Amino acid sequence: MDLKPLFEPRTMAVFGVSASNYRHPANEIFNKNLLRYPIGVYGVNPRGGTINGQPIHRNISEVPEEIDMAVIAVRADVVPEVITECIEAKVRSAVIVSGGFAEVGRGDLQERIVAIAKEAGFPFVGPNCLGIYVPSHVDTFFLPGERMVTPVVGNVSFVSQSGGILVDQMIKFANEGVGLAKAISIGNKALLGELDLLDYFAADPATKVIAFYIEGFGGNEGRQFVLRGGKCGKPVVVLKSGKTEAGSKAVSSHTASLAGDYASFSAVLSQYHIVEAVNELELISFCESLSAYAKPIEGRVGIVTVSGGHGAIAVDTCASRGLSVPGLPENIREDLCKNLGPNVRDIATLTNPVDLTGSGVDEDFVATMRSFCSMENIDCVLALLLPYIPGITSDLGAKLGGIARQCGKPLIAYVPNVEKYAMLIEGFTLNGSPVAHSIEGAVLMVDALRRRRP
Amino acid sequence: MIDARSEIRRIVEAARADGWVLEPDAKRIFTLAGFDVPRFTLAGTALEAIRFAGEIGYPVVAKVVSPRILHKSDVGGVAVGIADAGGLEAAFLRFQGLDGFLGMLVEEMVSGVELILGAKTDFQFGPMILLGMGGTGVEIYKDVALRMAPLSEKDALAMIEGLKAHRLLTGYRGAERVDLKLLTATLLAFASLVSELGGGIESIDINPLVCSSRRCIVADARIILQKENGPGSA
Repeated sequence: MDLKPLFEPRTMAVFGVSASNYRHPANEIFNKNLLRYPIGVYGVNPRGGTINGQPIHRNISEVPEEIDMAVIAVRADVVPEVITECIEAKVRSAVIVSGGFAEVGRGDLQERIVAIAKEAGFPFVGPNCLGIYVPSHVDTFFLPGERMVTPVVGNVSFVSQSGGILVDQMIKFANEGVGLAKAISIGNKALLGELDLLDYFAADPATKVIAFYIEGFGGNEGRQFVLRGGKCGKPVVVLKSGKTEAGSKAVSSHTASLAGDYASFSAVLSQYHIVEAVNELELISFCESLSAYAKPIEGRVGIVTVSGGHGAIAVDTCASRGLSVPGLPENIREDLCKNLGPNVRDIATLTNPVDLTGSGVDEDFVATMRSFCSMENIDCVLALLLPYIPGITSDLGAKLGGIARQCGKPLIAYVPNVEKYAMLIEGFTLNGSPVAHSIEGAVLMVDALRRRRP
Repeated sequence: MIDARSEIRRIVEAARADGWVLEPDAKRIFTLAGFDVPRFTLAGTALEAIRFAGEIGYPVVAKVVSPRILHKSDVGGVAVGIADAGGLEAAFLRFQGLDGFLGMLVEEMVSGVELILGAKTDFQFGPMILLGMGGTGVEIYKDVALRMAPLSEKDALAMIEGLKAHRLLTGYRGAERVDLKLLTATLLAFASLVSELGGGIESIDINPLVCSSRRCIVADARIILQKENGPGSA
């Protein structure tokens, strides 16, 4: 099935728009696409009328253009009929927003729409979902536009079984500066599920990282997911819920007890180098660093800071995740010492972490960065920056980012996340280096690059 | 091998009514599949048990065989290090009183590091293989590695190396080291047997798998069968 009409539609028909009930979810979807997106939008409702000055068509056959995507927000029992009409009118895909299917015990109704769609080769998302959001292109979420927090355009595509989690993660993406390519909530995933979207995003040139929020797979679906995800060539990040075993299922064998559903899930993901995020901080950190750096690392970290405490916390966090912090060989130390400024040379700690002290200035960071770049046994640099130190300027991000790009080693920075330091942070991000807002978050970003390693 | 395969299938099918394969039958399956299994017999009388122990020599292990007893140790159904005919007879008399008693399994004592080798058919991922530190404390220590089958040799090595107790296998503090090549081969052979048995299996425990520098022995085995049309058979 061709999913392109869902993610790159030129035209949309919204079923269920109401001329009298302005709060109807379909109206919100109709209005936001009409007013904000470069897409032809048509309202459909047998009762007719107008919406936002546009005529409401009584039937899909009256719509004057060919429709790429139908957004269906009508009563569940009417959905089979609407799907049939869409297929007859050569509509190319649908998002079924309506609830009232398997999630409330109406599996029969859900099976009916699946059967109709399968027979016609008609792709649909849902039911019981928010659908699709593609920045500056299309938005089927029934949420008022001004209430949504939307991330910048980027290369992470996000697939979520839950609409709420998706919208919430978009807020976090926006806060952390993680760019979004495409987002989709798949709801009951009656027809299109994680596997279809994995395949689509694996082939989508705009997507570099594929992130999932998964509650559970169908029978043997997990096996297909890891087999395909493991060799799709792009990092796949998964946040799983439902980790605790439901109820007190009697387990008769030691293996069944030790290899519970979640233990198996987690083990298999790591077997196939799919990066499992165990919580939201991991999810956001992994997405951010994998979207910046495609090349996996072994995890040998060079750390530079102006605070011994920051260095120590970073080392502890690295150690707990199996990342190493190799020491500096004598010749590197001598060179670095020569290249440091006179105020720092005698008081800096030239081990790893390199502690430039509160007297450090931009050029000292640059010198340390160059030393790390010249070391073969370091494959990633962590810069823990405290912008309140007088010698650090807002140019530092651009300077270090530039060197990192030249030497081909990923650079990850920690900068406290306050408005005041935004210019320093942007200096890093605009030069392709992700910035974490906690020391732990920065180490998680390093870890993501290692765990992706085949 | 074709004969062995159909015999294995026959044993599994015959066990369907009980829902699991009793230890002597499970051991027959592993013997047929080429695994190292201790010499054993299923004795219906104390006299048979004593005769067999005389052949293989003491000390021996005795275990209760009953379709109603899944966890033998929990009901006192295992006696190890039995040194003579008197001890064997006493064990037989005791086991006779246990629920569903069908006979007593008598086998040679084996020694080495106790591992668990297991499999389960997972609803989402299909056949999974587990390796861990075994024995009765297996669910306390939970030192296990899990992988989706089939396994590559690299997977098998990573599983062994992934155990926290890995050093106990390589001659920790002067102890006898385990033949890791043999363990890897056993792990791979087990994974292929699991694939061959297919979705009809719910789970398998080889606990313990007793490994030394010379052997990797299936010292106890239990195969739990899937209920008809259960999940994962798709």
